[in-house]
Amino acid sequence: MALSLKQLDSITSAFNAKEQAYDKIIRVCCGTGCITSGANRVLEGVLTAVEREGLSSKVLVKKTGCHGLCERGPIVTLGNDEILYQSVGKRDVAADVDLLLKTVTEGKVADKLLFRDSARKEKYTSSLDIPFYKGQKRIVLAMNGLINPEEIDDYIAHGGYRAPFRAFQMTPEEIIDWVTKGGLRGRGGGGFLTGRKWSSARAAKGGLKYVLANGDEGDPGAFMDRSLMEGNPHAVIEGMVIGGYTIGAQQGYIYVRDEYPLAVSRLTKAIEQARDYNMLGHDVFGSGFDFDLEIYRGGGAFVCGESTALMSSLEGKSGEPRDKYVHTVEHGLWDKPTNLNNVETWANVPHIINNGLDWYTSIGTKKSTGTKIFSLVGKVNNTGLIEVPMGISLREIIFGLGGGIRGKRQFKAVQTGGPSGGCIPEQHLDMPVDFDSLTSIGSMMGSGGMIVMDERNCMVDVARYFLRFLTEESCGKCVPCREGTRRMHEILDRICKGAGKIEDLMHLEELGKALQWGAICGLGQSAPNPVLSTIRYFSDEYKAHIIEGRCPAGVCKEITTFTIMEEKCTGCMRCAAECPMGAIIGEKKEPQRIDDLRCITCGICYDVCSFDAIKIG
Amino acid sequence: MEINKEKLDEIILKYGRDKAHLLAIFQDVQKEYRYLPKEAVRHICMRLGMPQVDGFEVATFYKSFSLKPRGKHTVHVCLGTACHLKGGADVLLSFMRELKVKTGETTADGAFTLESVNCLGACALAPLVRVDEKDFGKTTVAQSRNIIRDFTDHH
Ligand SMILES: Cc1cc2nc3c(=O)[nH]c(=O)nc-3n(C[C@H](O)[C@H](O)[C@H](O)COP(=O)(O)O)c2cc1C
Ligand code: FES
Repeated sequence: MALSLKQLDSITSAFNAKEQAYDKIIRVCCGTGCITSGANRVLEGVLTAVEREGLSSKVLVKKTGCHGLCERGPIVTLGNDEILYQSVGKRDVAADVDLLLKTVTEGKVADKLLFRDSARKEKYTSSLDIPFYKGQKRIVLAMNGLINPEEIDDYIAHGGYRAPFRAFQMTPEEIIDWVTKGGLRGRGGGGFLTGRKWSSARAAKGGLKYVLANGDEGDPGAFMDRSLMEGNPHAVIEGMVIGGYTIGAQQGYIYVRDEYPLAVSRLTKAIEQARDYNMLGHDVFGSGFDFDLEIYRGGGAFVCGESTALMSSLEGKSGEPRDKYVHTVEHGLWDKPTNLNNVETWANVPHIINNGLDWYTSIGTKKSTGTKIFSLVGKVNNTGLIEVPMGISLREIIFGLGGGIRGKRQFKAVQTGGPSGGCIPEQHLDMPVDFDSLTSIGSMMGSGGMIVMDERNCMVDVARYFLRFLTEESCGKCVPCREGTRRMHEILDRICKGAGKIEDLMHLEELGKALQWGAICGLGQSAPNPVLSTIRYFSDEYKAHIIEGRCPAGVCKEITTFTIMEEKCTGCMRCAAECPMGAIIGEKKEPQRIDDLRCITCGICYDVCSFDAIKIG
Repeated sequence: MEINKEKLDEIILKYGRDKAHLLAIFQDVQKEYRYLPKEAVRHICMRLGMPQVDGFEVATFYKSFSLKPRGKHTVHVCLGTACHLKGGADVLLSFMRELKVKTGETTADGAFTLESVNCLGACALAPLVRVDEKDFGKTTVAQSRNIIRDFTDHH
C-alpha cells in the first residue's frame, strides 16, 4: 500500500519522538574520507563505551554521511552542530572516545579535539562558526552529516519524500515550467537547462522512456557526487521519481562508478527501503504511476560519463560515444527516449518543488541559479566538500572557506572543470563562479572539482598530466581525439623533459583547434582546454622549460635538481630526517649535501626547509 | 585455468541471462577469480548467445577488468589530479621500486599486483593508496614500505 502524506507525517513524529527521548546525539561521520581516517574504529569505540557506561538509553549514536571537512576526519558532532570534534581517534581511539563521553556526561569540551583554523590561528567549538561552513549555503548537502543515510525514516523526518506529493498534484507541463523558470542547469558540467531537456524528452514519441542518473563522476580530483550518493541517496531517488513522472518514464537507472563501492551499497539499501514504502514500484505514492529504479556499476572508463557512451555501456556494450545529431532524448537507451541528468541535478529537484520558484531563483545569479557543490582540494588549508551559492567569487572560496594557501606558499592557479577545464590564474580570482563566467576565461564549471595549486606545481606538468589522462581515456573511435591527444601529450612530454622547441607552442594550439572542431564527443572537443588555458596564462613557464631548460616549480624531474646552499644551511637535519631515500648527507650542525645518485627529486627537502636553504636548479 | 562452470552459470542466471548485464556478470566473475579468465569470457558469451569478439571487446574496453591473473593483493595508487599534485607519482614510483614491478604487473611470488587509478574519490586525503578494500590517506614514499609490510605479514 502506498503511503499517504499523513503517514509520512506520522513517521516523522514517531522518528522525532524516538530521537527526542535521548538526552544527546553523537554523530560519527562515516563518509569515505572519514572511514579512510579510521571512522569505523571510532564508531565502534563510541558504541562500546556508551554501552559500558550504561548510557544506551540516554545517548544516541548515529552514523552519517560526509560532513565535508574530510581532511580533518574522523569528524564527530554532538547535539545539533553544537560541538564539532575533528581528527577523532587519529592517534588514540580509546582516549578520544573518553574525551567524547566526558563532553556528553559532564559537559566538558575537549579542547584538543576542536577545529583549529591553521590560517587564522583560531579555534572553534561549533561548526556553525567555522569559516569553512559559515560561507556555505547547504541545501543539497543539508542532510549530509545529519541523517543516517541507511535509514529512510530519518530522511522522511527531515522533510524527505514530500515533493512527489506536490508534483503529482501538478501536470507534467507545470513541473517542466517550474524547473525551467527555476533556471536549473545541469550540474554534470555542461550547464544545459534541465527543464528544456525534460520538455524534449516528454515530447518525444514512444511508449517506453527512461530516466538516468549520471553518477560516473569521472573528473579526477572530485567527489561531490560520491558524497551525495553515499550521504543522502534518497534525495537522488526522490528527484528521479519526479523526473520519471514528468517525462513519462517508468524505469530509471543510476549509473555509478566502479570505484565507489560504498555509494553502490548505500543506494541499493535506499532503493530497497523506498520500494518497501511503495515510493518505487507499482502505483508509486498511490498516484497510479509506476516507476522503478536499478543501479548499474560502471567499468572504470572516463568516457562512459558522456551521455551516449553511458547509454551504450548500460546496454552491456563497450562505452563508445556516437555522433550527437541523433538526440538521446528521442533515441537514447535501447533507442528509446531517454533523459539523463547528473545526480546533483536530480537532488536539486525536490527542493525546487518543495520551496517554490521565488525561493530557488533568489539563490545564485540570474543565469546560474541555486547552489553548486565543489570539492575543494589541493594546496588550500581546508580541503573538503563545500556547497556554495552560484556567483560567489573564487577568492571567497579559496581564501575565505578554504583559509588560503597552505604554509608559506603563494597561490598560483585553480583548476576547475577537470580534464575539460582549465587553470585560472590570480588575476581572475574575483570572477563569480557561474557557468558562463568560467567558460569566458577558458575554463568551465565542470562537475565541481576545484583544485588549488601553489608555486610548487608546474603548469606544463599539469597540462601534460591531463593529456596523459585523456590519451588513456580516449575511446579511440574518432581519429582527431585518438591521435590528437596522443600528439599533444608527446609534445608536452618533450617540453617537460627539456627537449621542447618554441614552435611546439604553435603546434599545440593548432592541434587544439583540430580537436575542438573534429572530435565527435565532448572528451576530444574539450581536451585542449587544459593546454590552451595554461599556455594563455602561464606562457612564461612554458618558455622557461623550452628556452632555459628549467622547471621553475621544481616538478619536471628530468630538468630539476635540488641543491643545498651551504651558506644558508644550519645543519638542523630536518630534511635528512624527512628524505625518504636517505639521500641527504652531512654532520649535525654542519651544512648538508644531497647525494644525486640517491635523490628521486621529490622535493620534500625543499618543502620542509625552514631556512630557504634549498635551491631548485 | 580450470573454471567452475556451474558457478558461472549461477552468476549468469542471477542476471537473468541478459546481455545488458554483461558488465555486472564480468564484475561478479572477476570478484570470484580476482581476474577475468578468458575461459570464463568464452563460456559467458556462449551462454548469452553472443559472439566471443563482443565479449572480449567489453572485457578489454573497461579498465576494471583484467584478463591476466592478479596477485593476492592489488595495490591501487591514485593518480587523480589531487593526488598527482601532492606527489602521487612519487608514491607510485616507490611502490614500483619496492615491489620490483611496473604498473599493471604482478610480483613474482604472486603476492601483489600494482595498478594506478584515476581518483578514488577521497581527494581531500591525497595522495591515496587502496590495497584491496582498504584505503590509506596522505601516503608518503616512506610509508609505502610499511603498507607493503602490513599486507605481507597476513597472506
Ligand atoms: C567525456 C565526458 C565525460 C563526462 N563525465 C560526466 C560525469 O562523470 N558525470 C556527469 O554527470 N556528467 C558527465 N558528462 C556530461 C554528460 O555527458 C551529460 O551532459 C550530463 O550527465 C547531463 O546531466 P546534466 O544536464 O544534469 O548535467 C561527461 C561528458 C563528457 C563529454
Ligand atoms: S585524486 Fe586521488 S582520490 Fe581523488
